[in-house]
Order: sequence, then C-alpha cells, then structure tokens
Amino acid sequence: MVEHGDIRVVHRGGSKINFRKPVITNDSRFLLCASGESVKVFSTSTEECIHDLRGHTDLVTGVLIKPSNHLQAFSCSADGTVRLWDFTDGILIKTYVIGYPIFSIHASPHHEGVIFVVTPMQGDKRSGELFQLVAVHLPQSGDQLVEARELSAVLTGISSNPAATVFGRGGEYIASANGLQLEVYFFKKQKAYRFSLKEDNKKGGKNTFTCVACHPNDDCIATGHEDGKIRLWRNFNHKKEYTYSTLHWHHSAVSSLSFTPEGTNLLSGGIESVLVQWRYNQENQRDFLPRLGAAITHIAVSPDGALYCTSHSDNKITIIQSCVKVSAVIQGLVKGESVGTDLMIDPRSKSLVLNGKPGHLQFYSLQRDKLLYNLDIVQQEYIHESGLQQFEVVKAAFDASGNWLATVEERKQKGAELELNLKLWAFDEQTQSFVLNTTISAPHEAQITGMCFSHATDSQTTMLVSTSKDGHFKAWQLAAQSQTDADEGPSWSCDFVGAYHGLVPECCSFSADGSLLAVSFQEVVTVWSPASWELLTTLSQPPKAIRNLCFGRLSCSKYLLGTTDSNLLCCWNLLTCSLEWSTSMDVSLLLADPLSENMAAFCCQAGCTDLFVFKPSEPRPLFSQKAVCSGMVTRAVFAPREEMLESCEESSQWLNRSQLYFLTQYMDLMTFTTKTEEERLMASSKQLVIDDSVAMTPFYLLLGKHRQQQQGGDDPQSGVSAERTPLPQGSVAIKELLQTPAHVLPSTSFLCSMFVQSLLISVTDSREESKHAEEEMESEKEEEDSEEEIESSRTRPEQQAAVGGGEAAESAAPAMTKAQVRELRRVKKLDHSWLAGLLDS
Amino acid sequence: MASFKPTKIQVYPKLGEKVTQDTLYWKNYKAPVQIKEFGAVTHIDFSPVAPHNFAVTAFTRVHIYGPFSQEPVKTFTRFKDTAYSGRFRSDGQLLVAGCEDSVVRLFDVGGKVALRMFRGHTKAVHVTDFTSDRYQILTGSDDYTCRLWDIPNSTELNTYQEHTDYIRCGVTSKLNRDLFITGSYDHTLKLFDARVDRSVMTMDHGQPVESLLLYPSEGLLVSAGGRYVKVWDLLKGGQPLVSLKNHHKTVTSLCLSTNGQRLLSASLDRHVKVYNTTNYKVVHNFDYAASILSLALAPDDESIVVGMTNSILSIKHRKSPEESKEISGQQRRRPSYRVFVKGKNYVPKQDDYLVSKPVKQHLAKYDKQLKKFNVSKALDTALEVKMLTLATWTRHRKPEITVAVIKELDRRGTLNNALAGRDEQGLSQLLNFLIGNLVDPRFAPVLVTAAEMILDIYHSVIGQSPVVDRQLLRLQELLEREIDYQQDLLEVLGMLDTMFASALPRKEVPCSGASRSNGLAQGEASTSRAQLQAT
Repeated sequence: MVEHGDIRVVHRGGSKINFRKPVITNDSRFLLCASGESVKVFSTSTEECIHDLRGHTDLVTGVLIKPSNHLQAFSCSADGTVRLWDFTDGILIKTYVIGYPIFSIHASPHHEGVIFVVTPMQGDKRSGELFQLVAVHLPQSGDQLVEARELSAVLTGISSNPAATVFGRGGEYIASANGLQLEVYFFKKQKAYRFSLKEDNKKGGKNTFTCVACHPNDDCIATGHEDGKIRLWRNFNHKKEYTYSTLHWHHSAVSSLSFTPEGTNLLSGGIESVLVQWRYNQENQRDFLPRLGAAITHIAVSPDGALYCTSHSDNKITIIQSCVKVSAVIQGLVKGESVGTDLMIDPRSKSLVLNGKPGHLQFYSLQRDKLLYNLDIVQQEYIHESGLQQFEVVKAAFDASGNWLATVEERKQKGAELELNLKLWAFDEQTQSFVLNTTISAPHEAQITGMCFSHATDSQTTMLVSTSKDGHFKAWQLAAQSQTDADEGPSWSCDFVGAYHGLVPECCSFSADGSLLAVSFQEVVTVWSPASWELLTTLSQPPKAIRNLCFGRLSCSKYLLGTTDSNLLCCWNLLTCSLEWSTSMDVSLLLADPLSENMAAFCCQAGCTDLFVFKPSEPRPLFSQKAVCSGMVTRAVFAPREEMLESCEESSQWLNRSQLYFLTQYMDLMTFTTKTEEERLMASSKQLVIDDSVAMTPFYLLLGKHRQQQQGGDDPQSGVSAERTPLPQGSVAIKELLQTPAHVLPSTSFLCSMFVQSLLISVTDSREESKHAEEEMESEKEEEDSEEEIESSRTRPEQQAAVGGGEAAESAAPAMTKAQVRELRRVKKLDHSWLAGLLDS
Repeated sequence: MASFKPTKIQVYPKLGEKVTQDTLYWKNYKAPVQIKEFGAVTHIDFSPVAPHNFAVTAFTRVHIYGPFSQEPVKTFTRFKDTAYSGRFRSDGQLLVAGCEDSVVRLFDVGGKVALRMFRGHTKAVHVTDFTSDRYQILTGSDDYTCRLWDIPNSTELNTYQEHTDYIRCGVTSKLNRDLFITGSYDHTLKLFDARVDRSVMTMDHGQPVESLLLYPSEGLLVSAGGRYVKVWDLLKGGQPLVSLKNHHKTVTSLCLSTNGQRLLSASLDRHVKVYNTTNYKVVHNFDYAASILSLALAPDDESIVVGMTNSILSIKHRKSPEESKEISGQQRRRPSYRVFVKGKNYVPKQDDYLVSKPVKQHLAKYDKQLKKFNVSKALDTALEVKMLTLATWTRHRKPEITVAVIKELDRRGTLNNALAGRDEQGLSQLLNFLIGNLVDPRFAPVLVTAAEMILDIYHSVIGQSPVVDRQLLRLQELLEREIDYQQDLLEVLGMLDTMFASALPRKEVPCSGASRSNGLAQGEASTSRAQLQAT
C-alpha cells in the first residue's frame, strides 16, 4: 500500500458550541464561546461567526473577558495554556503556559493580575477525579509566550464543572459546590466555611448541588440542586448561623443559575427548557420564557443586563432581550447519541442532512459550516422530560431530484405496540422547503430496516421502497388522484408488497437507471423488476447475511456489490448473474459515489478504520488509506463539489467530483482534502488578511474600484481629449468627505446621492462638458440663458455662502428643492413691489 | 420562543362511500312517496309534454299520476286481464297499452273508453309503442310476432315473425318513423325497417332480453337481459361496445337521465344503479325494499319513479332549491365573511410603515389545557368535544379528537394521571366513550391501552356504583362479541388465502408472499390482535 501524502483527513465543522458558558462582551455586540479547539466570536445581532480564534491544541474549556480590559479575553484549554486574545481583531496577544490541563477559568476585577483556574489535583493520580482551584499570578512580560509558574492552591476537592464555582460580592469570597457540600472561601480571612446538606430529604429528592451563583452586591449565594430546588444562602460568614430559603419550580435538576448585573433578578434554567426569572427578594413573582427548544445548559447575562443568552443541549445558543423576546439563535450542528438516518446530501441545497433535534431533520451547509434549517418531522409538542419515549426520526431518503423526501419516525414504548409513521414530503418551490404530502401511519408492522427511492431521473413516477423486519418490503408510489377529489392533489399509496420465503429483508437498492431493485434477505440477494414486480433472479454468497448492497454507477452499472457479515466483499455481474470477484475484508460501510464509478469501502481492522476507494471493474484500488480514524465508521456520504477540481494525480482523482465525509465513532465529522485544495484555501484566506490590513471602508471599496476603472478608461481616451482631467470636482468632494470627521458630516442618505451623482458624471462625457459650461456660467451670474442652468448656478453660491458661515452640517443638507428655490426667488422679486403696494395703501 | 404545537388530530380514512358530485346529485331527493297499487307495477311511462304526468301500468289498470299528486288523476280500467306497457304518444294525447288478452287498446288521455282496439295477436301483448310519425303503433307479443298498426284505419300494416320466443321489449326510433327494435326471450335484438319485410340487423344478447333503450342520438342501443346490461353500436352494424355486470339478479328496466350523461338500470336484486355513460362505471346506487320491475325518470330528473313486485310504487321528488338552501340560511348567524377578511387584502403602499402585530395562535380548549399541563382537565374537555359541522349546524361527536388527546396524553406519559381520580359521573362518561368507540378499528390501539389503565386504576372500586358496573359489563360483552367477530374474519381470511394460493399459477421463481394484500384485511387482523391482548 502506498501512503498518499497529499490526502489528509481533516475535521470539518460541526463542533460543539454549548460545551461551556458563552460570554457576552461589555458592549453586547459580540458573543464568545468555546467551540472545540477554538474560540468563536459571534455577532449577537446577525448571528454570524466573525472570528475563529485558533491556537489551542486541545479542547477549549473556558472563555472569560479580561476584567481589566474589556476588549481582551482569556481562554483556557485542556492543553495546559491560557491564551489572551484581542477578540475584535481576532489576534492572539499572549500565551501563558500553566503546564496542567485546565478545566475552567475564573477571574474577578478585584483580584488584579491573578486568574483562577481549575486543574486536576496533582498529588492524586486517580485519573483526575478531584480538582483544585489554583490562583495563577500572570507575569508582566512583553513576550508572546509566557510561562506562568506562580501557582497557589485556593480550594481543593472541588467540582470541575465551571458553574459550580463562582466569585462573590466584590471578589471577597469564592463559593464552590461539590456533591452535597458548599464551600465558601473568604480571601481576607483566608478561611473556608463548609455547609453540607443531607443525602436525601424525606420526600426522596436529591440534594446534590448542580450550580452556584452569587449575588453581585448582596451576601447571598444561590445554589441549584438535582431535585429542581434553588436555595438562597445567607449569613454564611458564620459557621453555624447560616440560613437558607428554598425556591422550587423546576421539576428536575437546575442546570444553570445566574444573577443579573444589578442583582434584581435571578435566572434559572434546566431540562424543561424554560428560562425562569425570579425577582430577588420577591420570589413569588416569576417570569417564564418557555419552549426554548432544548434543555438549558448555561445561562449568561451581558454586563449591561440588556441581553441574556442561554446555551442548550442541542448545540444552540439563544440570545434573549431581557427575558422577553428571543432575538437571535446561533445553531450548530446537532449531534445526538446516534445518527439514525444516514448522512445524506440534499440534492437541491447540497447540504448535509441528518437527524438533529428530537423529531427534526437538520440541513447543514458544509461549505458555510452553518445550520441552514431544521425541518420538523414529528410536528408534535416536545415534552422536555427525561425518560420519556419520544418519536425519533429513524430513516430518511431523498429522491434523485430533491423533490421528495421520505422520513420514518418511530416510537417504541414499553409494553405498547411500535408506533411507526412514514411521511412523504414534497419540495415547495414557493417556500423553498419541504411540505408534508402524505402520512402513512403503520406502514409496516415492525421496524423499517431500509428505504430508498428509485434513482431514475427521467421517469415520470417516483417510487419508494421500504424494507421491514416484518418480512415484507413495500413499494410506494405517487398515485394519481381521481378527478373527484382533485383538490387534495396526488398522494402516495402502496403499490406492491413483496416477500421472499418469510426471510427478513435488510437492505434495498435501486440500480442507477431504476430498472432493477435489489433487496437482500439475509444471505440472499433478490433482484426484482420494478416495472412488473417479477422476481428476476437471486444471488447469494452464504453463509452470512448481507450487510450492505450497492449498484455500480455509469460504466460499472452492470455490477452489484454486496458485503456480508463474514468479512466478504462480493461483486456480481448482473449480465451473467454470476459472481465476478470477491475479496475478504471486513467492510463496515460500502457506498457509491453518485457522480463517478468509484466506490468507497470502510473496513474495520484492529480497532482502526481503513478506507479503500475502487472501481468495481478494476482489480486494483484507486486509493487506500490505513487508519483513517479509530473505531468503526458506519456513516459516510459523498458530497458533490460545487466546482470540479482538476487534480492530475491519480491517487487524488477520486476527490475531483465529490468529497467524502464521514462520522467517526465519537460523532466527529471528518473529510478528506488534497494538498492543492488546502493550498488554495490558504491562498484565499491570506488574501483576505491582506485586504483586512488596509482599512476597509465602504468608501474605500467604492473609490478603489472607481479609480481602477478610471485608470483603465483613461488610457485610450487620453490621446483624444487632453483637456479632460480626472474628476476635479468629485475627487475634491470625496477627499473632503473622507477627511472631515464623521460627526460633523450631514446624514449619509444625503451624501450617498451626491456621491453617486458624482460617479455618474464622471462616466458620461457630455455631462462633463456641461459641467465645464456650468463652471463658466458661474462666473457670469447675471445672464439668464436657460432656467435650469441658472438655477443650478444660483443654488451653488447659496451653499458656498452657508459653508462660509461655518454651519457645515446645515449647509450641506439642501433644504430646498429647485422648485422651492424658484419660488423663493420669485417671492424675493415680488417682495418689494408687494410691500410697497401695501405701504402705499 | 417556538410556539406550542397543537395536538395533531389524525385524519382517518373516511368510512363508507366517497362523496362525489354524483352522490350529491342523486342524494338530493326527498323521502319517497309510496303508493300501493293493485298488483306488480310492470311499466311506468312519463308523458313527454308538461306537466309530465306519468302512466303506471299495474295489474288490470293503467293509472295516470300528476307530478305532485298522490292520487291518480286518471284511471283506465277497461282491461279484461293484466295490462302491459301503457305508453304515451309524443304529443301526450294518446295512450296505448297491451293486455294479457292479446288486445291492444288505444285511449284518449282525456277519455275513459278505448278509442281503438287492435285485435290480431294471439297471445299476451307485452310491448306497445307509437312510431315517431304518431300514426302507427308497434306491438310485440308472446306469440313471437311483432306488428305495426295504423291508428286512423285501425288496421294491421305488417307482421314480423322472426323472433322465436316471447317478445318482451321493444322501442321505436324517435328520429326515423320506419325503424324499430325489439328484444325477445330468444336472446336476440332485431332492428326492423318498416319499408322492408324483414329485420335489417340482429344482435345476440346472450340472455333473454328484458329491456331496451335507445340513446337520444340513436347511435347506441342499450339492452338488459339476465344480469347483463349491454351497449351496442348501431352505426357500426350492431357491434357490442360494453357489457356491464353489476347486478346479481335479472335487470328489468333501463332509463337514461335527461342530459344523457347517466344510465340507470333497475333489477330484481332491489337495486337501481347509476352508470356514467362515458366510462360505464357505477357512480351511484339506490336500494329499494323489493324487486324492481319498472323504472322511470321525470324530465330534468325531477323525480325517480320505481315500480316493484310487491305492488308498491315509489316516487322520489327532487329537493327544491329552497329546501337545499334552508341550511345555508341558518349559517347566516355567523360573522360575515367580510369581518374575517377586513384589511387582510390591503396592500401597503410604498411609504407605509408596516406595524407587524404578532399573530395570536388560536388553540383549541383541550390544547390550552395541555399547554398548561392540566391533563385531567384536558381529557375532560376532549370528552366533551363536539364539532359543528358546516352543512347542518348540528353538534355531533368527533371521536377522532378525543382519541388524539388520549394518544397525546399517553405519549406524554400522563394518561394514568388524567384517568385517575374521577368520580362516578366522570368515570361513566369515560366508559361511555369507550363503549362507543373501542371496537372501531381506527381507534382500538389507543383506546385499548386507555381501557386497560382504567381497569387497573378502578378495579378496587368495582361494585360500588351500579352505573359503572353496568357499563363495565356492557364493555365486557362488547369485547367478547368483537373477539368472536374477529375470529370469524380471520377464518375467512385464511380460507381466502388458500383459495388465492391455489388459484395463482406456479411460477419458476417462487415468490410466496407476493400477494397484493388487502389493506382492510390487514387492518382487521391487527385490530384483532389488539383485542386479544386487551382481554
């Protein structure tokens, strides 16, 4: 096997953004959150990712605004470093090397030059079960890379959960909860008090602490508990005489608590996905913001208290305007415990489709690394309660043109019958999304194991085949409706029910032209003709069941490939109905590239996955890579590229038309890139950086383009008209505009029209001449040749006079239109005679 | 943030026949007027002229009824024996009728005594008709002959002796005075031309012919005999077009709707079927109490008149537009359409600033309760749900909604809480609903779980309330009956399966399960399983 140095496996998007509490900047414009190995900066108003602060080499475990400088932020990571960033420009300022994996970071404005990080206990090597809070004195040094070795332990045996440790009023004390114990450490007294709760109260509720929050200007600590209670602790600077009061609304664990900056409200959230706002000292008054979509994991409040933001378990951050209105939602790729539906590519939007939120399908743009939208499949109110059996989307399939989407949802309740729904969605051109067309309840009597659409694009009718554990496969077809209920439109109905010797069908696959359907019944592959529903032939390769089934494409369409449980990859020739070749490999996943003859096989070997790319007709694989990732790959997809690559290298040609994405065991989305592609990406990003270094104002952009055009346009014309100068008036005006401070300039709406006008003039020659004429005319004001020109000349001196008066802002705004000016002049002329007439009389 | 998603009410396939334009049209008749005649009603004929009286031939009489009267306006009783085939002339002035005593009588509609008596047949005359020139009469008789008579001279013009069995039906052309067609028990239809002495066309129906009908264009001929209704193309030399077999007893009478779009056939199997004349599919079906011998439609389909063997004449009149509108008149109480669309279609102008108002989500009562997690109240509300139907303004139950709410509660895992803690009245209301809907195969899977829960919750209080006990007994009885019924159905299904299996030809490649299984049969089977689990 040849190692192909130029093809690499890379992470591709979809990292978690709900791992740690997000941070809102002081001006409420940006939101920082830890996302995998980087820190992402989002705009709170547009939801766009502005910067991706890269530098850490391991998971980022905390983000914090530097208390002494609100334009800088700390981030800590499991790689043992704390980095200081300028997040507005996305620049790494400093790296402090701590040397131990860091699990969270805390700081207080009252402890200057010190940050507090949570690291595993050093003496204790039992896989870091216990953690300690360490104060780190940041050395003052101009270097980029600083070693911060001045550590002092503050608290030991605390929880690694960042929500369980918090600074109290004025940084005087720090509260930390772990298990059933709340520990408060007073910095002045250098003393720690511990308060414990009993294991269980009599009602059986669990008293375990889950989170802690401290009131900003009152000695009060709020703690959240496993049983949904919130306790407000007071008078805790005495060992014995402490008191607490209990608030109870949540029915299960409180996952996050936060006080507003003024301390008037307490926010709490949990699995119910309801944000609860408690009035401090008037705890009976509560406000609710229900149905936030998924369990709340973190709550953050902006320093000015204008924005709240909640992160949710479905990889989502919601930005809320002071507990009334959701203003923005930042949604990442939702990755549940399992991808029931395969990875799919929406043929229309070319987005990756997989099941996301419970009961939803998500459409994720791979190019932009952004969730496009969620399609609600189940269309039922989601009950946020753990242990409740909900409907899950388990299968989905697109037809070749993207006009139809078939989904299967399933709910298995203990002791009850399996509930299955097959839904067919039609693409609506108007709304640009899928609209439910047909719901088939209980399409099969048992779980559906496979589903596929007929691929033939030219055929008029679309066909869907579903295989089920009840031993049948069914073909569904779009039935033309009779004229009587034409208002309902066409709907899907069952066309054929097939079975083979009572065996359970597993996989089904249509040939590229849609003329053959292969259904595997354990170790037998049956080939059917969808036109007549005749069983054409059976192919089998005992002794083990078929795992995957795949037809060849294009020139290899006469081949049918299958993998079996007994580590065998078989290729049948459909013309001779015989085995063409077979090889022994443990293929966990076999898939065909829809745009070429290539097939990809992921083989699981010794805990690692190898990839082979081959053509069914050729004996040698086109590409093979050992140890692509650890664990088994069961989900992968070929995504068509937007533009074809022109790679001449033989080994990377298979990536020219489409890109191979796969999900590892740990639900990481990976892909393969070639060197040339990376270089191109790098080049484009570098160019962007250069552009960024120059101040990119809209004026610069417009002017820059304009100048380029002009230079281009001038060269041929220079010989013809020598007298022409490049925009004497316009350029001066623009220069003036650019040099004048913004606050003294008139409103942009006015400037814009003037600016655009000046551009227009420069292009047409005739207008240029008239400009000159106007300038000449300006000198001789008395002459009245034409109304228009006079007017323009009249208005100008007036403006100039006003500028002379010093009121720049007022002067620039032409309060009067031409007609008004004309009117004014008439009035001026009339004025005297009229007044004189009055006086006379 | 996201709004509350209301409970999804599952749309179940509608039971019974589909509502089509045809069903609406043919259902729009009032309750039938039933008149007892003296004997089996063998023939009904509508007068071609207004006010479209109709002549009913029954036993020894011919009655003429007015369009709305229930009493005959005129009766002809001068028959010695059973009368047959009383028919109006095209001007509605004369009426001809055959008789068992082989004499054909011609009456003036205004008079009482026969104007003419045509003697010549030797056996009963079952067929009489006027030719289109109005001066001749066609008769067909059990002596295998058909004859043409001249009215003014009262003489026999011609005799055709081609049939070899009783002639029981015949029809004259309305466009050509010389053409007529007869159908006989010798299974043939013969087209005669009075200008020649013999038939010009013979068609074989295959069964004794009972009735004939010519399309208004007279290009197509419909014949009924045995269980078959056949359509013949006369212009193609009597080529058979369609053969319909929709009755399971002899078809006795045929009739065309006024616009020629629908064909009606009546049969001894007590049904009248309505066919679409473009594709000859049955579009509607009327049921009657007894075997039907004769059928007629008034012009404009104003009424359907059917005569039966039990000597009942049934007359159905079309509902007048006022009657159909009565319902819509009641609907006027609602806010008018204008209230709903007020300002909705206003297009904002260019400078207008649009103040967007949040659209208030309208939720049903039970959804409001569900939103607040008031599960018991939600179930109570759902049990009381009655929907207002648009057509009749009457409240009638919608079990779908109640079932959907129960399903939703089950999904939320709170059905137990919702069912528990009810008093006698609440429980009996629940049980009532179960008794009404438990055996409906559409609802059974959901309701069986609910019924099980109810029994689990309330088994300790059984015996305390006679009302509840009685209802539980009824429920038990219902279940037992349903189980028996399902077992019978399964047996039938098994029998059918064996029959299908033996009927299917053996193929080279065995595909045993490839039978297009009937959705209904499957549904029944699955519900039966649910039932068995329930007990």
